[in-house]
Amino acid sequence: MSQWVRKGLATGIKTTCYPGREETAPGVSPGLPLGGDYPEKQASELVKRCTVGALSFQNHKLVVDYRRCVHCYRCIRGVTLPIAWQQGYEWATDTNIIETRKKFVRAFDRSLNIIVVDTGDCGACLNEVRQLNNPYYNMHRLGFFITPTPREADVLLIVGPLTDHMREPLRKVYDAIPMPKWVIAVGACALSGGVFSPSFVCDENISEFLPVDVEVPGQPPPPLAILHALLVVAGLKPPASLITQSVSLKHEEVKKQ
Amino acid sequence: MTLDNIQEIAIRHWPDIKPRLDLSHSLCEMECELEDIPDVCKWLSLEMHYVFAGLIVEEGSSDWELRYVFYSDHEPGWIYILTHQPLSDPAFPSISGFLHAADWHEREAEDLFGLYFAGHPRLGDFVLHNERWQEKLRPMLHSFDGKKSVEHRMPDLEWKPNLIVKAPGAFGMTIGPKFSGVTEPVHFLLETVGEDVIRTIPRLFYKYRAIEKIAERLTTESTLLLAERFAATTAFAHSLAFVQSIENICGIKVPERAQVLRVLLAELERLRHHVGAVQEICESTALAVATSQAAIMEEELLRLSGWFTGHRYLFGLAVPGGLNKEFDDSVCHEAVQQAKAILKRFDRLEEMLRVSSSFLDRLEEVGIVNQLEAMKHGLVGPVARASGITRDLRKVQPYSGYEAYTFEVPCEQEGDGYARLRVLFEEARQSVKIMEQATASLPGGPVFSEVRIKPGSALGWVEAPRGAAFHWLRIGEDGRVSRYRLITPSFVNWHGFHVAAENFAFQDFPIILATFDLSVAENDR
Ligand code: SF4
Repeated sequence: MSQWVRKGLATGIKTTCYPGREETAPGVSPGLPLGGDYPEKQASELVKRCTVGALSFQNHKLVVDYRRCVHCYRCIRGVTLPIAWQQGYEWATDTNIIETRKKFVRAFDRSLNIIVVDTGDCGACLNEVRQLNNPYYNMHRLGFFITPTPREADVLLIVGPLTDHMREPLRKVYDAIPMPKWVIAVGACALSGGVFSPSFVCDENISEFLPVDVEVPGQPPPPLAILHALLVVAGLKPPASLITQSVSLKHEEVKKQ
Repeated sequence: MTLDNIQEIAIRHWPDIKPRLDLSHSLCEMECELEDIPDVCKWLSLEMHYVFAGLIVEEGSSDWELRYVFYSDHEPGWIYILTHQPLSDPAFPSISGFLHAADWHEREAEDLFGLYFAGHPRLGDFVLHNERWQEKLRPMLHSFDGKKSVEHRMPDLEWKPNLIVKAPGAFGMTIGPKFSGVTEPVHFLLETVGEDVIRTIPRLFYKYRAIEKIAERLTTESTLLLAERFAATTAFAHSLAFVQSIENICGIKVPERAQVLRVLLAELERLRHHVGAVQEICESTALAVATSQAAIMEEELLRLSGWFTGHRYLFGLAVPGGLNKEFDDSVCHEAVQQAKAILKRFDRLEEMLRVSSSFLDRLEEVGIVNQLEAMKHGLVGPVARASGITRDLRKVQPYSGYEAYTFEVPCEQEGDGYARLRVLFEEARQSVKIMEQATASLPGGPVFSEVRIKPGSALGWVEAPRGAAFHWLRIGEDGRVSRYRLITPSFVNWHGFHVAAENFAFQDFPIILATFDLSVAENDR
């Protein structure tokens, strides 16, 4: 057994410097496309390339709906004039609910128990959540713990589009979490149904089913983005303003495309 | 035996068979009378030793078309057994009596299409759970609108599972769908008499997203997004299978450079997946340092993928006709060097695990699947290779130029958790070996050739990290998808999972589950 102790010590510290400093290692994040001022011709080509309807051209600006972007890279690969791409990972945004709630509760100062419910995800988001426990991210150091039971949980973390079969289980988990509780929706599928919606088995985003406090775009959001969401809930980091700046397309418009 | 020999014998036995031989694709289609289906399938699997890949059901304009796909384990060769039946008469003979691997295929077709398989012992309540959905919904029929939501039935609160073990003190224990820390939803019924669990019945499809249904009428571009995203821990393998089916339909020759790069990416994904699978096995035995070590390597491989391709799970790379992204030779070399360095530490981890007796005690003779059972269930991937079946599509039905690489397919005989672990380690080594060969002989030229979508149908296949995956695609006259059928390794291996989870001590359950390396997303689709 002593070999494991030696191995563990010899490995040294791997943990990321985030949130103290910015993490700059290559490959920690897939990045996101960047909207803004583009020539109209280029913008209309980009909008056409994006089959999921994450891009739109409004008031002479290219707008990216981060809830919908599924990282297909069609707006930067195989086009003559690609879209600008931002690296970074601080993507978690809060909906307004959190503001009102913050006034009442500062109950869990800095330590959170998290219950993770997979409502139909493809495995990638879930795997990224799993990475948070590995030595590179080691979220225990920040006081974040995964718990298997809702009774102990403060935060409900949801990954995946909401499939029909998971509605009841999700509802039961939500109801079993004691107040006050916060809900984090992780990934484009949870935010907009992703490529799986609309359909008879998952036709809505999770915020139509449960009140969502923090949203993390990306497919999948890298571990650091999910960590950012937890830090936002714990009040240790300000939320990003990605989503609030973008304008969400109506469901009907997307269906038409 | 070559395909024309097989065809000859078949016609001698069943004169009504209408064969169509396509030697350029190593394919033989045999149109059979309905009542001959069981005999032909039996002969093909038991005497010719062809492996059952899956059942593909298509609803034509006037009749049902059922396609039983078989492939050879030892030479290039595909056989499709075809049968037609008017839409008004959806009754077929069941073949799962002797070909157990067809069991879930028939259940799925019954549940989603409303076909009836005479002689099948257990139809109903499979994909669509009875406590939520109305009877006879049949969502895969063309007449069903997959975009509209449907009304549910009232749940039956009195419902109780049917327990089979009747010993004194026997009881059923349910787990899931939400259980443990970070897990996919699946429900287990364990029948137990105290400590020992007698049998395990998994209940799946909590993540049913109806991929096959929503793909209907989509463009191939949009369907590619689905193929890549329905089981994203092995996204590249599935996107590759899908684009290969398009390339087969349109008769596209993929540029050589793209083929080599595809192999490189597919093996990178396999390596990452296997490291992740080992991490889960270590975690299930609560060996903390080993878990961390494997987790470090998994994250490093994810970062390597992110740095190399832009995306940590290799999204957005494979497209019909090649790849969406050009890679510099030097970057490829660098990626392989990094993968080699990680592999070295992975090897070291294996050495350490092999001498950790407390770890081995928990894996050895746990969750045994013997060769006969593995054959019967048609298991695939590392799980099958740990039970004495060297079945690997990269070898037997090569694609993307795999025939040019030298690598071995590991095979173990014991069929227990430890054998499965050893297979994972060995395959990871072989993957890096292939990656080295790929970069050593990187041809120049473009990575993409233009594709004009044509109507037609074809199969695309890959050896995904979890085993053989088949994507059947039919493109209609309008250039849109009219049928997309997904046969995934997890769908096959979940069917055989109960064999490994019989008569075991309860604390071994997470270990058996982890060594079986199953994905719920890949099964549920
Ligand atoms: S990467 Fe995002 S924004 Fe760009 S085309 Fe794909 S889905 Fe649209």
